[in-house]
This record gives sequence, structure tokens and C-alpha cells, in this order.
Amino acid sequence: MSQASTEIIRISGHAGSVPGAGLDREFQVCKLVDTTTCIGCKACEVACLEWNGYTFSETTFDNSYQTMPETAWNYWNLIKFNEHEDPDHGLMLLMRKDQCMHCAEPGCLIACPADGAIVQYANGIVDFQEANCIGCGYCMSGCPFNIPKFSPTARKVFKCTLCNDRVSQGLEPACIKACPTGCLHFGTKSEMKELAETRATQLRDQSGFANAGVYDPAGVGGTHVIYVLHDAKNPEAYGGLPKDPHVPWTVRLWKMPLKWLGNIAIIGGVLGVFVHYLRFGPKPIPPDEENPPQAGVLRQESAPPERGKR
Amino acid sequence: MSATPILPNGRVLRYSFQERLVHWLAALSYIYLMLTGLAFWSPWLFWIAVLFGGGTVSRELHPWAGLIFVIATFKMYEMWGRQMHETELDKEFWRAVPHYIRNEDELVPSADRFNAGQKFLFWGFFWCGILLLLSGLILWFPHLIPWNLRYLRYFAVIVHPAAALLSIGLFIIHVYMGTAMERGSFGAVIRGDVSVGWAKRYHRIWYEHLLRNIATRK
Repeated sequence: MSQASTEIIRISGHAGSVPGAGLDREFQVCKLVDTTTCIGCKACEVACLEWNGYTFSETTFDNSYQTMPETAWNYWNLIKFNEHEDPDHGLMLLMRKDQCMHCAEPGCLIACPADGAIVQYANGIVDFQEANCIGCGYCMSGCPFNIPKFSPTARKVFKCTLCNDRVSQGLEPACIKACPTGCLHFGTKSEMKELAETRATQLRDQSGFANAGVYDPAGVGGTHVIYVLHDAKNPEAYGGLPKDPHVPWTVRLWKMPLKWLGNIAIIGGVLGVFVHYLRFGPKPIPPDEENPPQAGVLRQESAPPERGKR
Repeated sequence: MSATPILPNGRVLRYSFQERLVHWLAALSYIYLMLTGLAFWSPWLFWIAVLFGGGTVSRELHPWAGLIFVIATFKMYEMWGRQMHETELDKEFWRAVPHYIRNEDELVPSADRFNAGQKFLFWGFFWCGILLLLSGLILWFPHLIPWNLRYLRYFAVIVHPAAALLSIGLFIIHVYMGTAMERGSFGAVIRGDVSVGWAKRYHRIWYEHLLRNIATRK
């Protein structure tokens, strides 16, 4: 941990206390998206494209403000828009900034078979190393948020990096920098969690959103992108945010019990035939007849069976 | 099948050139599929992918090899499917399998062209091949599966390795029996012929049928 070399434990010949000693420095970063103050301006989308060197993609019209159906391999950050009829609040225009959630228990990483293609840093960022990606797309099956996207030209998979390149230099992610309403925040996980809870309380107590809450799903061990929602009981309304996301059980089954069962079965099978060979050996070579028949000629003495059933 | 089952060298033709060709097309593609598949199966075996040109190349070629294997498997079905139907004799064979395993072959009922064990391997490979094809097509193009059909991908990621493991079990048995255990079988699928003694011991009914065919043709 490079930052650890700036933390001082003891100082020689120093009077008084050591500055910063006993400080609990948190390395876990977090992005907070407050959907209640998002206006859907898409400045975050543009900032993301600019920083990561992509150009704007073609949009599709589907009778709403939704510009394209989902994120793409070269479009990592997309506002999901939904007209939602709420019994208490009438028509609500729900905006949610969709991007990688940077799960503590990343399904993409669990499913990936390529050495070093996906890494999870101590600060919580889950990043793809495209140089090691083999393009199998298993990460797409492991992710409960529909985030990793395959590039048909590069034949590799891409997704939001949480601006790992910026964050490692002490900067905030590009999307955060661009947000004009302050609905995006970036900081440590505990700070963001606290800020989010404060906002949710405010929404519950002062704005009449009784179900307001924070989205930090436990099914994937918590995420490093968290949301404040007007209605935390219905995250699906926010452009299909899963209510209780999990790494798919088939991926779990494949990576744990089946893996061990399979390994034992393969090794057992190879050992089994080897032991059989040691115990019984090859089948005795059947005696050829003393006078093998001529080509195409039926020899009476060889036709009747010596034993066995007809 | 050539005109006469007894070759000029006094041996019996067991597999025609076409049968051997299709068998080896399936065998070689299967071995490639198994090795590259094992590379993706476990991080401890990822080095196998390096031997085959790296992970990316292995991932690109694995599905194509799969297509070759599937085509060969369907061709085998066309060639042998009818001969692989279970008969009364097969039940007797299964009862005698403990003798077969202990090499007490005189206690094992003789078989037609294929014995019950061979039929089991054939159908095992065939159905594993079907499952591997269906799940493999999904895994080949995961990006073309829309999000609301993601359960197809969840199905594929578990069915593909499970079917592959079953087929590896069959493969171990098949290779062991065809090379180390039952001498003469490997030559049969390479050169195509077996000795008369081999034919009479393991596939007497098939052999006698061949002889009867000669007799009627004369």
C-alpha cells in the first residue's frame, strides 16, 4: 500500500505526540448517486466519454428521454430514465446514472477464467485489464447488473473503471467532476454511506418519501457505487435496478462444488483406470485360428461357434 | 464396407475408411476441445491455453473445433445410430460386466457389431455433444443474448462444464479400453482391420453375420 509509507508510526528524537498516529485511514472509495437530485442532463455521460477517449454513440428514440437502451462497451455511463406513476407523488421522472457498481463480491471476477483479466483493488475498484482478457464473455454472465460489454472489434470486454487512473492520482472520477446539481459525490465508503443516510432521512422526514433509502445491496457484499432512492423498496422502477442482486447461483455452483467434484472425478477416473490396469492388465490377446481363412472364402470349420449363445 | 470382410491378409475389416476418418475427426477435435476447455476450467490449468497460442486464440478456436466435433458426431449418428439400438443381448452383457472388468471374457456373452458398453459410450458422447452444442452456442455469442434472456447464459455456464465433465469421464474409459485394455482395438480404428480371433472373441455375432453374407453372395 503506497499510501502507508506516508503514515508515521514513530519519530526519532521527537517531543510530544506523533502526528497522525493511530489514525484510521480508510482506503475504500465510494461514489454516491442521489437519484432525487439528478436532472438527467447527461453531463456525466459526456465527461465519461471525454476522459476515456470515446465518442458519442448513436441514439435511439423510444418515446422517452432514454437515449439508448443500455450501456455499451464504449459507453460506460448512461442515465436510465423511467416515467413512474407513484400513488402518493403522481408522475415521477426517475433518472438513474447506470454504470459499474464495483461490487465487493464481483460476479464478473468470480466467473472470469483468464489470469489477471479482472482485478479488485483494496480501495474497492473492480477493474478489467484488457491485455489479459481473452474475450470469453463469462463476466457478462457473472454480473447481476448487465455491465460488462463485449466489443466485436477488439473481441474483449470493457466497462467503467471508476476512473481508476484518476482515483489513483487523488482525483475524483470524471463523472463526479461534471455533475452540475451535486447529485454525484465521491469519497470514502463510510463518508458516502453517512451522507446517503442523511439525505434519505431528510427525504423521509421532510419530503414525504416514506420509503426513501440507500441502495447498497448486501447480496453482492455491498457496492462501491451507492444510490439514494425515493423508494428503496422498488429499485426496479429505476431503470431495472435489481432488488436483491446476487452472483447467479449457477456461476456459484460451477465455480465451487462442481469444480471440486469435477477435479476429484477427473483425477479419480485417471487413477481408476490406472489401478485397473495394474490389477487386471490388458485382456489376453485372443488366439487367431491356426489357419486363417483365405480372402473372401468361407471355411466351414471356422463357421460353427465353439461356445456361447446363438 | 468393402466387398469382402476377410481381407487378403487374413484379417477382418472392422471400420471402413470413412468410419475411421470421421472417428479421428471427432477424436482430434475432442482432444483439442478438452485441453482448451480444461484451461478455462481451472486457473491451475490455464497454462494449457498458453501452449495452444494463448487464451485469446484458444477462446476463438474452441467453438470452431466444437463445430467440427458436432458435425463428426452427427455423422457418426448417421453411420452407427441404427447399430447402437439396445437389444436383449445388451442386458445380458450388462449382467456380465463384472466378468468383463475382470477380463473373464469367456463368461461374457458375445456381441453384435457393438457391445452394450460401446453403445453406452456412443449415446453418452452423443447426448453430451448435444448439451455442449446448445450451451456452447450461447457461450460462443454471450453478447448477442439480450438481458431479459440472461437465464440462457446462467443455464449455459453450468451445463457446459457439467456435460464436458461427463464426456471426459467417458473419454477416459474409452481411451483406456481402446488402447491399454483391449489390445487390437486401436489398430482397428487406425488401419481398420482386426484379427479373426479378436472378431470372434468380442463380436462373434457380427463376425458370423459377415461370414453368412459371404456365403449367400457366393
